[in-house]
Amino acid sequence: MAKYRMHLLVCDGTTCHASQSESVKNALQDCLELNNLENEVKVVSTGCFGYCEKGPIVKVLPDNTLYVKVKPGDAEEIVKEHILNGQIVKRLLPTESVAQVYASEGKTPFFDKKQIRIALRNCGFIDPENIEEYIAHDGYQALCKCLTEYTPQQVIDIIKRSGLRGRGGGGFPTGLKWEITAKVKSDQKYVICNADEGDPGAFMDRSIMEGDPHSVIEAMAINGYCTGANKGLVYIRAEYPLAVKRLKVAIDQARAYGLLGKNIFNSGFDFDIELRYGAGAFVCGEETALIHSMEGKRGEPTFKPPFPSEHGYLGKPSNVNNVETYANVPVIINKGADWFASIGTEKSKGSKVFALAGKINNVGLIEVPMGTTLRDVIFKIGGGIKGGKEFKAVQTGGPSGGCLTSHHLDTPIDYDNLIAAGSMMGSGGMIVMDEDDCMVSIAKFYLGFTVDESCGKCSPCRIGNKRLYEILDKITKGEGTMEDLTKLRNLSEVIKDTSLCGLGQTSPNPVLSTLDNFWEEYVEHVVDKKCRAGSCKGLMKYIIDAEACTGCTACARACPVNAISGERKGPHFINQEICIKCGTCMEKCKFNAVLLQ
Amino acid sequence: MVHVKTIEDLKKIKEEFGKRIQVSGKNFDPEKVVQIKVGLGTSGIASGAKEVMNFLRDELEKRNIEALVTQTGDMGYSYAEPTIEVKLPGQPAVVFGKVNIKKADEIIERYIKNGELIDGILPTNYMTI
Ligand SMILES: Cc1cc2nc3c(=O)[nH]c(=O)nc-3n(C[C@H](O)[C@H](O)[C@H](O)COP(=O)(O)O)c2cc1C
Ligand code: SF4
Ligand code: SF4
Repeated sequence: MAKYRMHLLVCDGTTCHASQSESVKNALQDCLELNNLENEVKVVSTGCFGYCEKGPIVKVLPDNTLYVKVKPGDAEEIVKEHILNGQIVKRLLPTESVAQVYASEGKTPFFDKKQIRIALRNCGFIDPENIEEYIAHDGYQALCKCLTEYTPQQVIDIIKRSGLRGRGGGGFPTGLKWEITAKVKSDQKYVICNADEGDPGAFMDRSIMEGDPHSVIEAMAINGYCTGANKGLVYIRAEYPLAVKRLKVAIDQARAYGLLGKNIFNSGFDFDIELRYGAGAFVCGEETALIHSMEGKRGEPTFKPPFPSEHGYLGKPSNVNNVETYANVPVIINKGADWFASIGTEKSKGSKVFALAGKINNVGLIEVPMGTTLRDVIFKIGGGIKGGKEFKAVQTGGPSGGCLTSHHLDTPIDYDNLIAAGSMMGSGGMIVMDEDDCMVSIAKFYLGFTVDESCGKCSPCRIGNKRLYEILDKITKGEGTMEDLTKLRNLSEVIKDTSLCGLGQTSPNPVLSTLDNFWEEYVEHVVDKKCRAGSCKGLMKYIIDAEACTGCTACARACPVNAISGERKGPHFINQEICIKCGTCMEKCKFNAVLLQ
Repeated sequence: MVHVKTIEDLKKIKEEFGKRIQVSGKNFDPEKVVQIKVGLGTSGIASGAKEVMNFLRDELEKRNIEALVTQTGDMGYSYAEPTIEVKLPGQPAVVFGKVNIKKADEIIERYIKNGELIDGILPTNYMTI
């Protein structure tokens, strides 16, 4: 069998594919054959490199040269110059970093890679069920350092200086929270990990717990040392069985190695962790509701203050942080506050994990430095919009967030910028929408979620959101009025101002942000009775083109509600009063006579 | 059972871990053995990663290839699950996406046995720390 001395990797990500990577691949193959190299050099297609705007991309192995914007006509030069003569084809190199090309890729990033893995550093690299592999990746060194070299206050100062902020949505400065919990005097304190992750489409925390559970355990122990707590509780939804299993295995192993339990690292510090299961209510992710749920009470939020840091689980001071927040902590201790603070923007440090979903090519989990633009996330890392369609909006922050438009694409992602743009960071769900998505329907989808998930304790949220939902529903059915649009806005403001917890205070955001950014679309629904995305059934009309109709009767026979009438061999008609808009007639018609308006 | 009490204890485990790779009870030199990681997060498992892992374990043994197949978490490529990472001795690791049984077979026969790359590689586009 042939042993290849070289490989040519041709990017076949969806975007590159559209920019003719297939013909580049064929051209390379042909050139190789012409030069009798096909048994020495192999052409292989690969997934997306994340540089779609520079595609098609060809990477030469083993020397790691990367060629960009390669055209089929360039194949000959690559084969002749690079493969036969050993000369790099300089004109096809990415201009930003010609000098770097010669550097080996492992050490110098080829040209600035967009992603950095901090919270996900071990995820997908180590066996999560083997504590020794975590230790082999410097695991538990941070805990050791804290317990043996630092005072609790010194650790808190490191976290404060690093600029780490909560990744669960609110973005509260983590070091400050630790300090507040540490200062409260109490015989018993708790360290709580919020692993409730309820946003639709989000799976960042799940992946961390499944892929690197020890990082969360280690950080919780560090927090216990800082705040003076010796008991940790992970509140995790029971729908995450694999994460539960991996956490349990990890906790058992940590106990067996003496990394949880009594007198850890001979420091006199005791710490242990237990799991508590949530039933999957979104509102139980709110920290006061979460605590009530752990206490066996109804999962309803209560007024803050008092904050959990002062009055938490069983009335004792409790430090609540999110899974991803914790996962950052050991690295900050190991690599230092300054290192962490050097990544990100002025007020948002480090990186953020996002779950990319929706109409995007590379659906998946990514981690980018704070300050990365939405454009880079969507069009580079995400590989652009599926099917080459037009980008319309991106939803961040889940049901509490908003929809941002193409105007926001160059906004650097951080806590403050997203809020200024009318959305929020949230826990990291990012749903991309294209021209086929109707923004009124999107707002309705999120409101439907909120209505289901509201705990019902306070009326603005319980009743107000239901009314919002009903108005949106009316608009999507083509029954809305301009007055409804004013009502939507006014009611939203009232709900925001008068709800007790974060759920109600943020639930109108999807409505407000779509009103702000897609006002014309609302007006079209209301005034023109038109849905430009063609997704609101209530606004669509199936009609039969009398010219094209052959009178075959196929549609009339298929219509479930007998809405179609007409003579055999004569034109047919749809009675709009009866039609339920199921679309069957359109499918059945062989003459494309049924049209959608 | 090791009770970790000092930083030296941690460092010892770290050092030993690199040397002491075991395949079915026997020790192997990590420089000589093929190492495969299968992404067994929820999305990997849902798209059949467990079956792929079992297949790899069984077939590598049957085909007399000394290899260490372990599980790992989600590599992040939801659009290309199941994903596996293959590290041949002395070579950089390569990640393959959309690995079904057929593809796994191809990976063994072509890449592992022959060093021949096949379609479906996922380029790493992130920095590690
Ligand atoms: C309705 C609602 C749901 C929430 N869900 C979550 C969640 O699933 N996970 C989470 O970590 N925080 C969630 N939060 C935020 C928590 O209340 C709390 O701020 C967070 O756990 C604090 O941790 P952090 O500072 O590390 O982000 C939610 C808040 C609200 C209002
Ligand atoms: S705002 Fe909604 S979810 Fe929050 S307490 Fe009130 S009713 Fe419950
Ligand atoms: S859309 Fe459905 S209900 Fe309406 S005419 Fe066609 S088949 Fe009948």
